[in-house]
Amino acid sequence: MSVLPILAVNVTLIVTIVVLVLLVLVVAGMYNGLVKLRMRVKNSWSQIDVQLKRRYDLIPNLVETVKGYAAHEKDTLERVIQARNMAVNASGVKAQAAAENMLTGALKSLFALSEAYPNLKANENFTQLQEELTSTENKISFSRQNYNDTVETYNTKVQSFPTNLLAGMFGFREEEFFEVEEAAQREAPKVKF
Amino acid sequence: MADDFYQLIDRNKRNSLLLMAVFIALVAVVAWVIGLAWGRGDWRVSVAVGGVAAAISFLIALASYYGGASAVLAMSGAREIAKEDDPQLFNVVEEMSIAAGVPMPRIYIVRDDAPNAFATGRDPKHAAVAITTGLRSKLTRDELQGVMAHEMGHVRNFDIRYAMLVAIMVGVIVMLCDMFLRSMWWGGGRRRRSSSRQGKGGGAQAVIMVIAILLAIIAPILAKLIQMAVSRQREYLADATAVRFTRNPLGLASALQRIAADPDPLDHANRGTQHMYIVNPLNKASGQAGNLFSTHPPLEDRIARLRALAHEYPQTQANG
Repeated sequence: MSVLPILAVNVTLIVTIVVLVLLVLVVAGMYNGLVKLRMRVKNSWSQIDVQLKRRYDLIPNLVETVKGYAAHEKDTLERVIQARNMAVNASGVKAQAAAENMLTGALKSLFALSEAYPNLKANENFTQLQEELTSTENKISFSRQNYNDTVETYNTKVQSFPTNLLAGMFGFREEEFFEVEEAAQREAPKVKF
Repeated sequence: MADDFYQLIDRNKRNSLLLMAVFIALVAVVAWVIGLAWGRGDWRVSVAVGGVAAAISFLIALASYYGGASAVLAMSGAREIAKEDDPQLFNVVEEMSIAAGVPMPRIYIVRDDAPNAFATGRDPKHAAVAITTGLRSKLTRDELQGVMAHEMGHVRNFDIRYAMLVAIMVGVIVMLCDMFLRSMWWGGGRRRRSSSRQGKGGGAQAVIMVIAILLAIIAPILAKLIQMAVSRQREYLADATAVRFTRNPLGLASALQRIAADPDPLDHANRGTQHMYIVNPLNKASGQAGNLFSTHPPLEDRIARLRALAHEYPQTQANG
C-alpha cells in the first residue's frame, strides 16, 4: 500500500517532465523555423543585388560594342551610360528604383535602335551581350518575385498563431515587400489544382 | 498558397521513404516465394533466399537514393554541358532556379530528335535537368522558359526524389520478374524430370508454382500502378508551379503544343523512366480518353488549362 503514493508522485513527475520537454521542443522548432525563414528573406534580397551588379558590369561592354557600329547614335549611348552611373550611385530604395527604371528604359531604346543596324545585329559579341542582358533583366525581376514570395511566407508565419507570440517575444518583425509599379505583378497567380 | 507547396514537399519526402520500405518488403516476399519454388517447398531455402534478397534490396534502396540520378541520366543517354555550350539554355535555367528559390541544377543534353525533357536528383541541392536536342532546337526563349519552369517545379516540389526512386525500383522489379520467368523457362524441363522421378509432392509444388507465377505477373502491375499514381496529378501541379514561376502560361502552353505536333518516339525511354518526362515519351496519345495505365494527363487538357490561366494574366505576354 505504501508504494502507491511514491508511484503517484513519480508518475506526476514523469508526466510533467515529458510535457515540459515536448513544450521546449515545440517552441524550439517554431523559433528555428522563424530564424530559417528570416534568413531566406535576407538571402533572396541579396540575390537581387547580385543581379543588379551583373547588369552594371555588362553595360560598358555593350556600349563599346554598339559604338563600333553606330557611333553617331551618341544620345542613346550616353543616356544608357548616364542611367547606369545614376543607378550605381543611387542611395535609398526610392531613388534606386527610379534609376533602375530609367536604366531599363534606356536599354530598351538601345536594343530598339540596334534593329536599324544589320551588321550590329549580326555581330556575335552583340547577340551574346543582348542575351546576357535580357537574361539579367529577367533574373532581376525573378529575384524580386522570389523575394516577395519569401517575404509573404515569412510575414504569414510572423502574424499567425501561435508563432506570432514567439515572434513578438524575440523581435521577429514583418518585412516589407519590394514595391513594383503594377500591383498585379506582386501577387502570385491564383492557381487552381 | 505557399503552405500548399510545403505540404507537397513533405508528402513527397514521406512517400519516398514509404516507397523504399515497400520496395524492400516486396522484393523480399517475391524472393521468398521464388525460394519456395526453387527449394521445392523446403522452408530453409525460401527463408535464406528471402533474407538475402531483403539485404540486397536494402542496399539497392540506399544506392538508388544516392546514385539514382546518375543512373537515370546514364540510362537516358544524357550528357552534361557547360555554359559555353549553350549560354541561353543556361541563362533560362538560372532564371528559373532564381524564381524557384533553389540552387542552380546541373544541365544535361540528350541527343535525340524526339522533343522531351526531364528533371532528376534526390533534392534541389543535387538536381539535374535534361532536354533533348530535338526539343531544344524547336523552342523560342519563352517556350524554353516554360519547359524549364515546369522542370524546376518538379525539382522544388521534391517530385524528382520520388520519381527517381520509382524509376530505379520499378526497373529493378521488372528485371527481377524477367529473371524469374526466364529461370522458370529454363528450369522447367529439369524440374519436370525430377518431379516425375519423385512422384509425390507434385501437388504442393504446383500450388507454389501458381503462386510464384501469379506474383511474377502481379509485381509488374503493382509497380506500374505505383508509377502511375506518381505522375498524373504531378504533371498538372508542375504546370501550375511553372506558371507561378514565369507568370506566363502561354510559353509552356505553346511548348506543349509543339511537342504534341511531333510524332517522334524517344529512343532511350523505357517502362521504368517514362514517368519522368514532361510528356510521355513512349506514347503521346496514351493519355487520351483518360487511359487507366497512362503516366501523363492528355496534352490537350494540359494546354487548355494553361490557356485558361492566360486570361487571368494578360500582362505576361510582354516579353514575347
